[in-house]
Amino acid sequence: MILFSNVSKFYNSHPALEDINLKIHHGEFVSLVGQSGAGKSTLLKLLIAEELPTAGEIFFDKQDIAVMSKHELPSLRRRIGMVFQDFKLLVHKTVFENVAFAMEVVGMGKKEIQEVVPQVLQLVGLEQKANNFPGELSGGEKQRVAIARALAHQPDLIIADEPTGNLDPLNTWDVIRLLMKINELGTTIILATHDREIVNTLNKRVVSLDKGKIIRDEENGRYIL
Amino acid sequence: MITAIKRILISGVRHFWRNGWLATATISVMSLALSVILGLLILSVLTESLILNFQNKIDVSAYFKKDVPEEEILSVRNDLLAQKEVKSVEYVSVDEALARFKEKFKNNQDIMESLRVLDQNPLEASLHIKAKSADQFPAIVSFLEGMKYKDLISKVDYYENKETIKQLTAVVSAIRKVGFTLSLALALIAILISFNTIRVTIYTLRDEIGVMKLVGASNWFVRGPFIAEGVLHGIISSFATMLIFYPIIFLVAPYTDEFFPGSRLVDYYQENFIQLWIILMFFGIVLGAFGSAIAIRKHLKI
Repeated sequence: MILFSNVSKFYNSHPALEDINLKIHHGEFVSLVGQSGAGKSTLLKLLIAEELPTAGEIFFDKQDIAVMSKHELPSLRRRIGMVFQDFKLLVHKTVFENVAFAMEVVGMGKKEIQEVVPQVLQLVGLEQKANNFPGELSGGEKQRVAIARALAHQPDLIIADEPTGNLDPLNTWDVIRLLMKINELGTTIILATHDREIVNTLNKRVVSLDKGKIIRDEENGRYIL
Repeated sequence: MITAIKRILISGVRHFWRNGWLATATISVMSLALSVILGLLILSVLTESLILNFQNKIDVSAYFKKDVPEEEILSVRNDLLAQKEVKSVEYVSVDEALARFKEKFKNNQDIMESLRVLDQNPLEASLHIKAKSADQFPAIVSFLEGMKYKDLISKVDYYENKETIKQLTAVVSAIRKVGFTLSLALALIAILISFNTIRVTIYTLRDEIGVMKLVGASNWFVRGPFIAEGVLHGIISSFATMLIFYPIIFLVAPYTDEFFPGSRLVDYYQENFIQLWIILMFFGIVLGAFGSAIAIRKHLKI
């Protein structure tokens, strides 16, 4: 599904990623670990074409992301759901509208939106907060809205970049359990984190990054740096 | 497509409604800019009425020899009316000239006495010609001085008034030039200030724009609601400006009517309310929509 082939990314001749080769299959749950500055976020940014690689090729199914035109970008991003550490919710939209927005973007009909959004909100346990604005929610609730949004348009892949970074332990596990549940339903998940406990508990594939290079890639891996 | 447009419009209106303070600030600045434009429009109407008033007072008179019959004078009048520079020609017969003279000097005993002693009408019949604009008088005068009318006309009084007409023409053209330049400069300043406000407004929303892009929204899906909101700002600020000007017009009209004779400011404003609003609305919408579209451009590069 995803293939990084000899990918490097330099910022002013400073390497952020060097010679990355990585293959991720449909339905996998991959934890991307490494300390701050190891290159996790850069790798994810390359995947959604927020940044372009300095060298190498990145394939999403059969499409080379690096050579995609500006007009093709939205259609790529619609196949991916993003969850960020700082939630990145639309502050002037309600919880319902935030989730609906991702569906409107892909052109889903009103009827479908009215049907799916409550279901997704129920899945993340926020059906009671549909009419609240992000400013009225706790950190954990905001992240659950972000997951609901990432999920609503049924993407092939969900990328979660440090989704628990701003959450207390209780909310952290809520979010991780949700991601696992989504993965069980068939969606590929890439989770970037530096939380040792999460990675060790998950017992899934772990790709370890250090100074821009992949230093370990193990099935049922553990957090070792 | 229709669903997308509907969503863009709804989102624009909703965003406008929920961003009360931001919208109020933008509308206030845009109203100020539109006030400058409306003020300049009204000022140009007033100066035009002043110029028109000046021009209506300038004319050139051609006096005919005593023996020229009325038909011939009227035929000259028709020839003049056929000239493109000529706005109007008034014929004053010998009797009419005398009547006007008597009316003008009815309180001057000496003149009235002299007239009685003279026992005949010393005045000549004349044509009073008004030009479409003051700088066209030389052409009219040279037409009158042509060979065709040489034997009919005793005097054209242009040369006595030439300097006055020339000065007035210069003043009129200077007022127009200065007015136009000043209007252009002020309007430009107003537009730039408005644009900057829109830019700041959109800058505060740059994160939101970025999120929309990352979720997979196309540029038009992101840009659309902001443009719709810009159009709304334009419509509301143009109407607000028209309302704010209403009492101001009533307040200043007594002074402007005195200074600019024949301007009738209140009547002008009431009669042209819709037209003026449409002009302002056009400026407001262009400013709001294009301002938003330009300001959002660099935030879409994600």
